Amino acid sequence: MSTVSCPECAADVKLEAGTEVGEIIVCPDCGVDLEVTALSPATIQLAPMEQEDWGE
Amino acid sequence: MTTVSIVGGSGYGGGEALRLLLDHPNVEVKQVTSRSHMGEFVYQVHPNLRKRTQLKFSDPLQLEPVDILFLAQPHGEAQHHINEYAKLAPKIVDLAADFRLHDATVYEKWYGEQHAAPEWLNKFVYGLPELHRAELAAANYVSGVGCNATASNLALLPLVKADLIDKDAPIIIEIKVGSSEGGAEGNSASHHPERASVIRTFSPFGHRHTAEVIQEMSVTNVSLTMTSVDLVRGVLATVHAKVKAGVMTKDLWKAYRSAANENPFIRIVKEQRGIYRVPEPKILAGSNYADLGFDLDESNGHIVSMCAIDNLMKGAAGSAIQCMNLMMGWDETLGLEFAGLHPI
Repeated sequence: MSTVSCPECAADVKLEAGTEVGEIIVCPDCGVDLEVTALSPATIQLAPMEQEDWGE
Repeated sequence: MTTVSIVGGSGYGGGEALRLLLDHPNVEVKQVTSRSHMGEFVYQVHPNLRKRTQLKFSDPLQLEPVDILFLAQPHGEAQHHINEYAKLAPKIVDLAADFRLHDATVYEKWYGEQHAAPEWLNKFVYGLPELHRAELAAANYVSGVGCNATASNLALLPLVKADLIDKDAPIIIEIKVGSSEGGAEGNSASHHPERASVIRTFSPFGHRHTAEVIQEMSVTNVSLTMTSVDLVRGVLATVHAKVKAGVMTKDLWKAYRSAANENPFIRIVKEQRGIYRVPEPKILAGSNYADLGFDLDESNGHIVSMCAIDNLMKGAAGSAIQCMNLMMGWDETLGLEFAGLHPI
């Protein structure tokens, strides 16, 4: 398991064993989608998020 | 068991304190006083407490010694009787505004009258644990907090503590409030046909709780605008301010995360999905949480910081019980674990 820093909020994001390149994970603090771009060393980048209608 | 009594327990603040104290594992409630409801069962005024207690409202003149006295009278009462209360209990928690401000001249400016017991003002610690945890642990006398001031102070806390905002620039705080802030005594403005469905800005500036924000946040260029909305419980404070040059969203995350890590009842609500993406008072009814959220326009440094609370809990009785826990050396969350309801 390795830890990377969220590019949005700088939270520590843990990559569980078995994580694959291209996998989308969610930042536990700010909730953005993050794409795993490499594993050794581990890197992530912001993934495009679908804009939802918030009902307002 | 630690013995406690509530002076002036027929109002909303006193009723909420009683609800919490009855369930608290370390205390026994001895008396709840009320002049206007003397002899009545407390559940006849606070119907949620039926089958939880057989206490009746006592005569305030028959108050007996206890370990801790909670004062929940209308503002202005406690300062006239504080010497008598101090003889009855070694520790006092006041829910009203009598002892919140440390300076008698500041009190006179905001409340329009001289304080009746100015020598007591500096004996009280301001009762917001998120600001005064260490002092509260050593305190015998604790003041109440203004509910609007609490929402404002907690919305500002991460920004002020990390020195992220320009204090010379105006700090504008827009506050939406529920009807229970007005207390249990009705008036023509709270009459249901007049109060229901309102969005009514009843105090554009100059609200008394502003004094608590100035005192506790060490800011001067600050203005609170109060608007009644169609809620019973709840406050939402929305702060508009200017961050210092170079402050970025990541700096804000660090400051807010730190506040949430240091304080058991502060939560960050800043979600990308779902319905509850920002703090909302609705889901906090009955809970002691303060939900904080923020957003920064990095193009011009305009920060919007939000804090939602239940005015009767974090903004009054909940903080008072949290202060009691700290004064007694107990876990500060004791008796305050209720998470709120959803849906509500």
